[in-house]
Amino acid sequence: MVIYGVALLASCLLAGMLAGEVLGVLLGVSANVGGVGIAMLLLVLACSSTRLKSLVDGASGTGIKFWSAMYIPIVVAMAASQNVAAAAAGGLLALVAGSGAVVVSFALVPVLSRIGSSGGTGGRSGGDAVEENQQGSTDKPESETGAP
Amino acid sequence: MELLLKVADRNYLVVAFAVVGATVWISYLISDRLTRGRIHGSAIAIVAGLIAAYWGGTLTGGQIGVANIPLLAGIGVMGGGMLRDFAIVATAFGVRLSELKKAGLAGVISIVAGVVVSFVVGAIVAVAFGYSDAISITTIGAGAVTYIVGPVTGDAIGADNAVIALSVAAGLVKSILVMVGTPMVAPFIGLNNPQSAMVFGGLMGTTSGVAGGLAATDPKLVPYGAMTATFYTGFGALMAPSVLYFIVRALT
Repeated sequence: MVIYGVALLASCLLAGMLAGEVLGVLLGVSANVGGVGIAMLLLVLACSSTRLKSLVDGASGTGIKFWSAMYIPIVVAMAASQNVAAAAAGGLLALVAGSGAVVVSFALVPVLSRIGSSGGTGGRSGGDAVEENQQGSTDKPESETGAP
Repeated sequence: MELLLKVADRNYLVVAFAVVGATVWISYLISDRLTRGRIHGSAIAIVAGLIAAYWGGTLTGGQIGVANIPLLAGIGVMGGGMLRDFAIVATAFGVRLSELKKAGLAGVISIVAGVVVSFVVGAIVAVAFGYSDAISITTIGAGAVTYIVGPVTGDAIGADNAVIALSVAAGLVKSILVMVGTPMVAPFIGLNNPQSAMVFGGLMGTTSGVAGGLAATDPKLVPYGAMTATFYTGFGALMAPSVLYFIVRALT
């Protein structure tokens, strides 16, 4: 049944979103922390579990595949409902800040992809702040010369 | 005509399916005939969507682009957070756990690096434009993280409304630029495998930008980028009003 796959997908999304909200409350942030990502993990786990096989095989699977295929049209609709006018009205500062962040981040993709494939060592012990500072300082040579 | 409008009004989501379908069809036709497939059809469709959004937004003064026009309100539902997240999660169908594990660590590092780097760039630009108080610098830096982190941070540390609006605008510029720019730079930054897609998602972080950008580059990469990107906003909202704000305050 197609609806079984759709229902499984819906359950994964709801469970993930709930987990993301709980994580947000626990961390004291007013945002959903990784809800969609957790939901995706749940779906991946469900797909590889033997007990839920009947929910992802055959007709049930097409219920999930349909929504996966609807992804690009939905993204087009999403683009069409963005607040592009506000972005354009933000002026030069918004333009420079936004595009600067994009350009530097683009430049870091090959750098970090390499770190990841070679094992990704580096100071990852200790508190968040420590890790963060290390991360920030190791990035600087590649990105920009000085912090304010 | 009146009857037509009535039917369209009652079936607004169905209208959206038809309109978006037609847009995608025309875009793929343009991609095929005019660019010989060099520019991906979905990239053209997304740019068409953004242009329509600009037109709709300026015409009506609303905040949801072309969906401000009553006849096209269904596009707002179709492209809204609920169906978008539903479809993003569905793309994970068929993803292998081993691929995720392989890039897991790089993904985590990229989220941290992405938030910090974007924040630093935004903060530097704020300083360059003459802002000298820690609250404004932090809020604009947070806006360069994503357009959600900007206002969340601004609210948390008590920023001026105009500065919050600027931070949202900076985040929107970022998101739109990622949508449009990703297919163009993808060959140069090695964005062609699950691992680099996860790093990409973590570095860019804007869910809509990554969603659109990867869709226009290679739909197979979408689940990997989206997976890390969804953690980015939460992490940014955690770091910007706290650790990053304290660092800025210590420096100013």
